[in-house]
Amino acid sequence: MNSSTLIFVILLLALFSYWFAIQRAIKIAGGITKVKHLTSLPKQFGLLTAFWCGIPSLIILLVWGIFESSVIDSFLISSLAGPVDNLSSDQLSLYLNDIKVMAEQPIMQISNDPEQQSLSQAVNYLVTLQSNAAWLKSALILLISVTSVSYILSRFTPEYQSRVKMEGIVGGVLWACSGIALLTTVGIILSVLFESIQFFSAVPPWEFLFGTEWSPQIAMRSDQVAGSGAFGAVPLFVGTLLITAIAMFLAVPVGLMIAIYLSQYASAKLRGIAKPMLEILAGVPTVVYGFFAALTVAPLIRDFGGWLGLSVASESALAAGLVMGIMIIPFVSSLSDDAISAVPDSLKEGSLGLGATPSETIKKVLLPAAIPGIVGAILLALSRAIGETMIVVMAAGMAANLTANPLESVTTVTVQIVTLLTGDQEFDSPKTLAAFALGLMLFVTTLILNIIALKVVRKYREQYD
Amino acid sequence: MTNQTGPQMNKKNPITDIVAASLGKRHRKELRFKLLGRLAVALGFLLVLVLIADITFKALPAFHQHWVKLEISYQQDWLSIEGSNRELLDGANYRKALKRSLYQMFPQVKARKDKRKLFKIISSNAEFTIKDYLLASPNYLGQKTAVWVRFDDDVDTYLKDVETPGEANARVDQKSAQWVKALADKELIEKRFNVSFFTNGDSREPELAGVKGALTGTILTMLVTLALSFPLGVAAALYLEEFAPRNRWTDIIEVNINNLAAVPSIIFGLLGLAVIINMFGLPRSAPLVGGIVLTLMTLPTIIIASRASIKAVPPSIREAAMGIGASKMQTTFSHVLPMAMPGIMTGTIIGLAQALGETAPLLMIGMVAFIVDVPTSISDASTVLPVQIFLWADSPERAFLAKTSAAILVLLGFLLVMNTTAALLRKKFEK
Repeated sequence: MNSSTLIFVILLLALFSYWFAIQRAIKIAGGITKVKHLTSLPKQFGLLTAFWCGIPSLIILLVWGIFESSVIDSFLISSLAGPVDNLSSDQLSLYLNDIKVMAEQPIMQISNDPEQQSLSQAVNYLVTLQSNAAWLKSALILLISVTSVSYILSRFTPEYQSRVKMEGIVGGVLWACSGIALLTTVGIILSVLFESIQFFSAVPPWEFLFGTEWSPQIAMRSDQVAGSGAFGAVPLFVGTLLITAIAMFLAVPVGLMIAIYLSQYASAKLRGIAKPMLEILAGVPTVVYGFFAALTVAPLIRDFGGWLGLSVASESALAAGLVMGIMIIPFVSSLSDDAISAVPDSLKEGSLGLGATPSETIKKVLLPAAIPGIVGAILLALSRAIGETMIVVMAAGMAANLTANPLESVTTVTVQIVTLLTGDQEFDSPKTLAAFALGLMLFVTTLILNIIALKVVRKYREQYD
Repeated sequence: MTNQTGPQMNKKNPITDIVAASLGKRHRKELRFKLLGRLAVALGFLLVLVLIADITFKALPAFHQHWVKLEISYQQDWLSIEGSNRELLDGANYRKALKRSLYQMFPQVKARKDKRKLFKIISSNAEFTIKDYLLASPNYLGQKTAVWVRFDDDVDTYLKDVETPGEANARVDQKSAQWVKALADKELIEKRFNVSFFTNGDSREPELAGVKGALTGTILTMLVTLALSFPLGVAAALYLEEFAPRNRWTDIIEVNINNLAAVPSIIFGLLGLAVIINMFGLPRSAPLVGGIVLTLMTLPTIIIASRASIKAVPPSIREAAMGIGASKMQTTFSHVLPMAMPGIMTGTIIGLAQALGETAPLLMIGMVAFIVDVPTSISDASTVLPVQIFLWADSPERAFLAKTSAAILVLLGFLLVMNTTAALLRKKFEK
């Protein structure tokens, strides 16, 4: 049985044990009319039993799934002892992969070549291992669910506190679910950190952080000339900052003015149509913005630049930055709108009452009062711009130029992560590991920005609440 | 006191003077500021309009396709078969029959080079079209009959670009243009709705490429995401809102969820690659892995929205339920949760809409492969609509430009439906 059938069978069993436990509870009470003498409802007996049936076996199934392949691998390697003794770990994994691929194929040709024979032996061994594992798994899981159900059924008495036990389990499940978010963060940190540490053992951190040359292509053969592999990430950081700066230059003034106008001047009717407009801008997938940047805005800017007599790269930083700015406008405007609306009306009315014009009130009273919230909004927008991927992948270049000229092509951290990790390559070459080091940089930067932003916003909110 | 105000107003007062003198300037400033605000809002509208219009206009050509009526003779020697049983027909040389039939329609084309060029104006898929035609009605064997086949994408784009064919352009040279003109003059060309865009998988040939594979992949991925993120998100929100004690652990989880909501999506792709694929050994490019990654990404959104909705349930409901003897758990599941459900569903739909448009993390877990087959299960290799858009946008053929835009329209359509549903739900239960 494969895992999905097994899950289905477990669910069926749980359903059956739910029904069975209800019958059992009624019987223990001494008939349907005497159910009220039980400490818990029959339904609660049923649910408790269903949980006992399902939860342990699902946990075992999950743990099994995590460890199965590595355990099988180690069995396989120990059976291979002879022919693989002098292989490096790369070659070994390649060899194992060969065996696995062959095991998938139904027909095997057996030749007299001794190497082939040992391979086919290994394949046979793997196939037996796999089918044994499948049997063992199914048997173990069925055994566990049946045992736990019969255990819990044997403890049923009219005084049995089914409800309390059942609610305890539900509470535990809820608690576990709330922990998943934490687990995700830990997973992110660990996965990025481990690969980064491996990377930094091959490339010194200062070379990565302060080097000015980025060309991650590493020679496939030792006699190849091209590409010695330089991992200086400064051009990427500068490129990211350049594009982000362009985006913020567009998004902050426009977003802020939209927020001010909509919250202070606009009629309810205009707000009624402008809010959905902003929601559309916010809801458009980034890949669509990327397409728009690469195929509409970039040629437009190039032609316009050509008309002015400037030479503009066809993948200019300007195009990517402007479109990223468009993407961020609704983000800035909705967060600043919140900040402006949170300023107490008394401040505004006081200023207007003293004879200030609305614009003076906004500039001299509302904005200074809302500035922490607006700063928080800008920081969050900044972190989003730094982490944005699709627009720059599609509209910014691949070449790591160290320049501050927005008309030239630059590359960013996210672009390089995507380029390094798409396509097939070995997982532990410095090239792929570099992507994780870049990911670590990205994660740390955005995390710091977010923490500061959230702190600023929260502190400010407390001030007026 | 009261009498004195009148004359005083008329008397020269330096302060009111200063104020009066600066008033015009201040009002002009006010107007300028207001105008700036109007401009910003107008820019917003303009951007939305340009974006939508640009993509729609680019997409329009993709919904139609030009077909050409060819006189095909299914001669046995051209098909290189003797006999007429099904197996023979299945393996016959339709390419040869197609070529010969085409050359027969243009007897003036003699040179080998020109013949090759002539064959290139129709789709490389045409041989299968005429094969299917014959297999559907085998009695045409040995006969001559008219069959509609697709043009090659270059010719198709050319026909969409020009009013009347005949002149060469960048991708269609003078000779091919003349042949197309000859076909058009004989009224052998027809413009049809492009059904295959919705019924085909991906293809290297733009005239055959469709979104069905990507659409199926998207639906499978979204189902996985929904099945995982909804229960997990609701459970986490219930715990944090109803059961969690106010302690350090809860604080950590809360801060963590807020931060996770702002982590760049590509980082989740790195997590998926390093942990789910390399550590747990789940298959690359599968909707299952995509769904898990998107679940982790959307969970914070769903949890935050669900918590807000649970918080909005009035305490009197809880107190009433507890007052008549319900346990905390019964109160939560039978009273609080049903009342919070509309808000939770709105949050879930918004979270899923976010996941639907997400591309970057899926690139990391290998959903960028070129996949022709339509996936049938969550562990098949597949791609999703946004990734398909990314792949097509990268293709050099011009016909893919229209395809990309059309795929974007399909994606935007999906998003529109989801967001409208969410908005309607919110409106309905807000009262």
